[in-house]
Amino acid sequence: MIEEIGTTEQGDLVINLGPQHPSTHGVLHLVITLSGETIKKVEPHLGYIHRSIEKMCESLSYRQFIYVTSRMDYLSSHINNHGCALCVEKGMQIEVPARAKVIRVLMDELTRLASHQLWWGAMAMDVGALTPFFHAFRERESINDIMEETCGARLTMNYMVPGGVMADIHPNFQKRVKEFIRFFRTKIDEYDELVTGNIIFKSRMKGIGYLSPESAISYGCTGPTARGSGVSCDIRKLYPYEVYGQLSFEEVIDSGGGCFARYSVRMQEMRQSVSIIEQLIDNIPEGEFQAKTKAVLKLPKGEFYSRVETARGEFGVYIISEGGTTPYRIKFRSPGFSNLSALDHMARGHKIGDLVAIMGTLDLVIPDIDR
Amino acid sequence: MNKEELKARLEGLLPSPAFEEGTEWTTVLVDQTGWEGFAREIRFCEGLEFDYLFCLTAVDWRTHFTVVYHFTSTIRRHMLVVKVKLDHDQPVIRTVSDIWRTAEFHEREAFDLFGVVFTDHPDLRRLFMTDEWKGWPLRKDYEDPVNMIKL
Repeated sequence: MIEEIGTTEQGDLVINLGPQHPSTHGVLHLVITLSGETIKKVEPHLGYIHRSIEKMCESLSYRQFIYVTSRMDYLSSHINNHGCALCVEKGMQIEVPARAKVIRVLMDELTRLASHQLWWGAMAMDVGALTPFFHAFRERESINDIMEETCGARLTMNYMVPGGVMADIHPNFQKRVKEFIRFFRTKIDEYDELVTGNIIFKSRMKGIGYLSPESAISYGCTGPTARGSGVSCDIRKLYPYEVYGQLSFEEVIDSGGGCFARYSVRMQEMRQSVSIIEQLIDNIPEGEFQAKTKAVLKLPKGEFYSRVETARGEFGVYIISEGGTTPYRIKFRSPGFSNLSALDHMARGHKIGDLVAIMGTLDLVIPDIDR
Repeated sequence: MNKEELKARLEGLLPSPAFEEGTEWTTVLVDQTGWEGFAREIRFCEGLEFDYLFCLTAVDWRTHFTVVYHFTSTIRRHMLVVKVKLDHDQPVIRTVSDIWRTAEFHEREAFDLFGVVFTDHPDLRRLFMTDEWKGWPLRKDYEDPVNMIKL
């Protein structure tokens, strides 16, 4: 919106950040009102990658619509698929085999690791450290290779289907995951040495973008964004699905509320994900990887809601069925959408350079927001 | 608070309570006129404290609209679904963005895609569509031959 550039009546400067800007990581467009260098208002303009996925899903069958959801949060595509599969299974009362449950959780946690790695690299790059980006991508590449071997894809996996997973894991899966975990354990420490303790990085992050627990709840923030404000909101802990209830892991909560707290939560979460993978990788039960389901799925008349924890927060799938083969209405509650709504609140009063740091710690994925 | 207790508590708040049966979470149908008062009650009343609105959406039922609110409480950990029925020709409802800030974006989305008007909303504009867009894409009668979204 080019006409919005200019000065307001009070003499404040209005500038546009994005939709084509390296630090917005996608087509996010922010209209920022500045007084000198201080932010007075941030207004997100959305829709540059809106595909109306919800409308599309209304004409897709319950097997087909899951493929579209990989294109929302492309960094958590496994977990998106997982949420949709859970919702359909809830409606049809399909019991998922134990083997599939464990494979799903393993895939979820690998996805979370890959997503947090990308976030860490991109976030450090946003505040001026270029090297971490290459470190993060090197490790993420190993996860992508593991995924590719089993799922056949590196980004939009579409591996989880109603009833289980699409195919059994590759014979090399366990070996390669173990190799990766052994390698990655040393790398997390390296991440901390390289960035976390860095004095320049700390001074860029500490005391910036404070979000109180009350505001986090009111703005509907979830995931590391809310947990960085001391709000307990991990769906894996509060409403366990699959085998999460039987695992020992901690919900990482930091009551700091600022950018550094959100940063630390994600760093700790990587360690928790590694621990979950270690608990499961040698304990994949034998048996079927998919329950027997009918070729054409029909959900009974009614409403079904499933919640899962993606790398960015709570992802909800709300299906309203009229008893047919396609959903009557489907709503995706995406974590990024709610987290973004708190951006204006967090950024006010800070300098324009800090806005990039705040956006970095929100870990925004634009297709997830626009849907 | 379990489902029965919650139901009993809510019955006290509404003149003519209507609950949906067989749902996973307590689902209550609220009248359009009593919605604002009810919203404040469930947000601030001791013991209810539904402070977290995690999903807000609208559904086009061809004859009418329903706006569906999914609530949970970070203190009590109970769940509630509220449905408000709106007229199809003039879907108008009071905003709750002053009670739950997250509603500001969610209501803009519902306005953008369904044309549901939220009165007293601080900034009710199109969110995903361009300002000059005609029609409400998620309505069942919406047809756009140029930008096809139906398969």
